[in-house]
Amino acid sequence: MEYGVKVGDVVDGFVIEQELHVGGMAIAYTASHPNIDKPLIFKIPKIREGEDATIIVGFEMEMMILPRLAGPHVPRVYGVGDFARTPYIAMERIPGETLFARIEHAPLPPEEVLEIARSVVTALADLHRQNVIHHDIKPSNIMTRPTGESVFIDFGLSRHNALPDLLEAEFHLPMGTAPYISPEQVRQIRDEPRSDIFSFGVLMYHLATGERPFGVPRSQQALRTRIWRDPVPPRKLQPAIPPFMQEIILRCLEPDPSRRFPSVGRLAFNLHNPDAVRLTARAEKSARDGVPAVFRRWVKSRALPPVEHHALPVTATGLIMVAVDLSEGFEYLAEALRLQTKRLTLSMTDVRVACINVIRLSGVFQTASFDEEGRNVHVQRLVELKNWARTLDIEEDKLSYHVLENFSPAEAIIEFAKTNHVDQILLCARGNSTYRRFLGSVSSEVVAKAPCTVTVVRAVAPVKEAGEDPTQIAT
Amino acid sequence: MRLAIFSDIHANREAFDACLAHAMRQKIDRMVCLGDIVGYGADPQYLVERLHRLTEEGAIVLKGNHDEAAVTCDTSGMNEYATAAIEWTARSLDRQALAFLQSLPMSVTGEETGDCLFVHAEGSDPHDWRYVNDPVSAERSLQAVVQRVTFCGHVHVPQLYNMGKSKTAQLFTPKHGEPIPLVGRRQWLAVMGATGQPRDRNPAAAYAIYDTDTNELTYFRVPYDIEGAAAKIHAAGLPNMLAARLFVGR
Repeated sequence: MEYGVKVGDVVDGFVIEQELHVGGMAIAYTASHPNIDKPLIFKIPKIREGEDATIIVGFEMEMMILPRLAGPHVPRVYGVGDFARTPYIAMERIPGETLFARIEHAPLPPEEVLEIARSVVTALADLHRQNVIHHDIKPSNIMTRPTGESVFIDFGLSRHNALPDLLEAEFHLPMGTAPYISPEQVRQIRDEPRSDIFSFGVLMYHLATGERPFGVPRSQQALRTRIWRDPVPPRKLQPAIPPFMQEIILRCLEPDPSRRFPSVGRLAFNLHNPDAVRLTARAEKSARDGVPAVFRRWVKSRALPPVEHHALPVTATGLIMVAVDLSEGFEYLAEALRLQTKRLTLSMTDVRVACINVIRLSGVFQTASFDEEGRNVHVQRLVELKNWARTLDIEEDKLSYHVLENFSPAEAIIEFAKTNHVDQILLCARGNSTYRRFLGSVSSEVVAKAPCTVTVVRAVAPVKEAGEDPTQIAT
Repeated sequence: MRLAIFSDIHANREAFDACLAHAMRQKIDRMVCLGDIVGYGADPQYLVERLHRLTEEGAIVLKGNHDEAAVTCDTSGMNEYATAAIEWTARSLDRQALAFLQSLPMSVTGEETGDCLFVHAEGSDPHDWRYVNDPVSAERSLQAVVQRVTFCGHVHVPQLYNMGKSKTAQLFTPKHGEPIPLVGRRQWLAVMGATGQPRDRNPAAAYAIYDTDTNELTYFRVPYDIEGAAAKIHAAGLPNMLAARLFVGR
């Protein structure tokens, strides 16, 4: 059976205008609809007799997954037609070119790479939050909205946690794009969210160095090489790449998923906070591993355990944000917050804690960077924050410290939580403050607007000296 | 059209009422019961009457092996608990109820409900009461039927199979409340969980809604008053095991 449309056809109200792109899997037309005030794309599968069945199944997957997704990082779907008549997906047309156009200019300066990486990782985190593993992260599948958000445009290889994976059982070959495919995908493991982190690493490597870390493999055997052969360190190719960026790229490219970032959220946190990146030997690595190490990995790869399916949650990043109030007179609150932080982190196996303090800026008076005694306020707060965290009993490499400056402390906290894909915010509420009475409390604003779980810690102020406050005297 | 699909109610009034109330809130147009209205539970007369009335209002109701056994008193192939329950059920039902059970069809296909087959056990031989519990048994059913979507029950474990060109069925375990589009050039076999006696270690009552316009199937699990249903089983003198298993969903 052959499916197809011609320019001028009308399907379910969608007017087919012109052929836009003929890809390997699908044909895309520009289209319009009398009730939709937006340029559209009308996508149909490219099926001819005897053609690869993956094209049909890939299209079926996209038909299932794409309408389920929402937000700025996916094209909005306006209509889906099933195979009983004309299979199609009608979706919003994102203007401009794909990220592929930027690759031609690679190597890009590190700042540009970082900017692109931050935009793409935000989109990827949003996708994972919606229970989807993309499985085909590459430049030609990523577009950028005029407003700056990255958008993924092809979901033919994706997997949705709550939907049947039509690709998994149907095919017994690795599916992905050769330069970008993760070692797990090579082994046909399709339920590993960290596969996307590997492909993201390939993308960053390519943008930063102009080279593909594993070349363009042309056979299944060549695909497997990435399981034991490490890529040339990016800084050897482009010395301008900062060590933290090499650390991030090489950690993404670890063949063993458990050695990569545990979640896209954590990767995003590192990209947004270069100072918090924990540098290891990867950061300064200047050459590929020697023959003995590679040989050891090769031997190990021969005996990799059989595919093990694990229901790893796609979303949780394990990132806790603690907003600490360091004001004098509220030490008991800081103490209560420390106790809650300890309790919470105790029950988590892989956790990172970002300790935050906000310096409130004033719109009227220039906020002094130095206090009366000439100390740098920012540095002083950082020191106090570290001191607060000292007795948390959390390993130093799992902690990071951030002093933020903002006119609104609540806004600073919410913004940080959004950018860094924080799972949970802990903060204190002062029982009674002048600020709270007139302007509303920071904690209630954070609770109302934060994108994640918020825990508000309260504590009773220590009883003052008897006689000082008559209301405190017990009867 | 939104179809609420129940199966294996097994005379569990509390479970059925909870599911039906849940379904009503999801705005359904029509009801389907894939059989085994009776057997195991303590409220057979109530449920047969209830489904009889629903049939008159347009519900599709099929015959299951327990419904048939209650009429014929032929319990060959059943274990001791099922046999005890059937003997008790046959005594508890009035003539009108038995006549209704006897009148039920083995399978229904319908144009107005889309390209679907409704059957209690599976599609290859509805009278043989075979179980669909793995891809091989799913393939047997799917290859024997022409309909794009088959709905069945009988095994008390919610499952969803699909079979494409390769003619091998793939199993998916549906998640509560997540709509699944039954898309594509492939056949689907939707095995409903049991409303009245779940056996997938989740004691909540099971049913599903299929929207023929959007082509989406959503499985639901509804908590219900298990203590109430179990107390009635004890009071009726039915085997204790039939009450105990409701609490653990096995």
